[in-house]
Amino acid sequence: MATATSTVTSAADPGPPAKGPREPGAARAWALGLWSTLAVLFLLAPIAFMVVFGFNDNQGRFNVDWQGFTLKHWGDAFDNGDLTNALKNSLTIAVLSTIGATTLGTFLALALGRYRFRGKTATELFVFLPMATPEVVMGASLLAMFLVIGINTGYGTILIAHIMFSISYVVVTVRSRLQGMDPHIEEASRDLGAGEVTTFLRVTLPMILPGVLSAAVLAFALSIDDYAVTSFNNGQTTTLPLYIFGAARQGVPPTVNVLSTILLLTVLLLMLVNVLLQRRLAKRDRGSA
Amino acid sequence: MTWRQRLLPWWLAGPALAWLLLFFAIPLINQLSVSLMTGNSEVGYDLTWSFSVYGDAISTYGDQFVRSVLYAGAATIIDLVIAFPLAYFIAYKAGRWRPFWLLMVVMPFFVSQVMRTASWKLMINDSGPLVDALRGIGVLGADGRLDATAGAVILGISYNFLPFMVLPLYAALERIDRRLIEAATDLHASRLTAFRKVTLPLALPGVFAGSLLVFIPATGDFINAAILGSPNNLMIGNVVQSKFLTVLDYPTAAALSFLLMGAILILIAIFGRVLGTRTLTEAAS
Repeated sequence: MATATSTVTSAADPGPPAKGPREPGAARAWALGLWSTLAVLFLLAPIAFMVVFGFNDNQGRFNVDWQGFTLKHWGDAFDNGDLTNALKNSLTIAVLSTIGATTLGTFLALALGRYRFRGKTATELFVFLPMATPEVVMGASLLAMFLVIGINTGYGTILIAHIMFSISYVVVTVRSRLQGMDPHIEEASRDLGAGEVTTFLRVTLPMILPGVLSAAVLAFALSIDDYAVTSFNNGQTTTLPLYIFGAARQGVPPTVNVLSTILLLTVLLLMLVNVLLQRRLAKRDRGSA
Repeated sequence: MTWRQRLLPWWLAGPALAWLLLFFAIPLINQLSVSLMTGNSEVGYDLTWSFSVYGDAISTYGDQFVRSVLYAGAATIIDLVIAFPLAYFIAYKAGRWRPFWLLMVVMPFFVSQVMRTASWKLMINDSGPLVDALRGIGVLGADGRLDATAGAVILGISYNFLPFMVLPLYAALERIDRRLIEAATDLHASRLTAFRKVTLPLALPGVFAGSLLVFIPATGDFINAAILGSPNNLMIGNVVQSKFLTVLDYPTAAALSFLLMGAILILIAIFGRVLGTRTLTEAAS
């Protein structure tokens, strides 16, 4: 798709109008490029700060003045028991929530994308609603319900909440992939005598797999990053964002910078794998077409 | 069509819908009833249908409501100003570097929002180089500060939601058939006129989508005010959180969260009326 767009763009590129002077156009392009570079630097600034100050040989509470290079925080990265525990909770909750939300959301997306049924429009609106609800409202209402029915908040309730707010995003992502898919292929499979389950496993699932993977990545990102909803439903359990929030007012210890850097690198690596995988799948699609 | 086939979509949709019903819809309805209760954490709460809590909430926390809308509105405008040229650049000028620029835009998502906000907290620290520099060039007074000010909270909100503005703008601009712009210039429209009469109207759904995606979560945000602000910069989200977790005044907290949600839903309904729900749900994806 990206290649198709770029050909259209280059074909439609008007170039400089007739004998118009080139100078204003060049100045404009230059200003636009400069603005965009500054905007991206703004987006990256706190991330760069975080990575760099993971190497700071800081004295005292605030890790804000550069006091020399050290690797000691990388050595100590996993020595802080509370922090490691919070990280472990964040990671396991994110994995479980991703599995739960991706499974539930994919089936819901299939129902919406492949079938007509009574109440479909209402279902679509209902699925949209959680994305329009402020996190603080979702978190507070969930806690109120747990209080009313007497459920102790903790690891389990965090997981329930994360699956809840991720489902809608999974549905939207998988559905957009379904929309670009020819339903006749599934019909052909059924016509040839494959049952619903076989058709799903052998035809539908492989075709929507890139969408499901993107949805899973999104669900993982939503879960591991969540502070607002989690802060209401965590009980005695701490996750990484909760730990950082607690530390933020007194000054975040540099090991948190190190762990966040490690997480960032891991995510970038996973994204690279995802891109390569999608590319292979696309190549296979083209090959079989 | 057999019964089995007719029920199939419900079998597929059922588990997810049940989950959303149990842990999203029912809690909201329960929250509504909590807001109409009276009592306190010692003696418990009874449903007394006292709607006065809504009036009290508005009169007591009017400041925080107004502040939430002001901060979120300011951040939305700042993001629009930063994002439009950036999205335009990525859509039309970045060429084959487009994926790289998009990756840069979503990069903040790969670091916890709380961590990024904590980084800002240190970057705008009174003894930090940024404040020194701003004092040096006279933008800030000799003892002017950034930390714990309204400016810091708006900065944090603008920063945290900027990608949500860039992405829909980019999607809208990228979709525009550039031959339309070409046609306009061929018909002797100046480049400015072509931009004003062709590009901008066609990009408008992206502008609306981005504004909603920034404004809605920004209004309910409490992380930025809690980390970067002072007690004078608290937003409605902060009040809900402290009422719920510290003060244990559940009815007020519930009423406040409903007022917030009501205001947001009205806003979405207005947008939906203007643009059609299709644009809205597309915006969310």
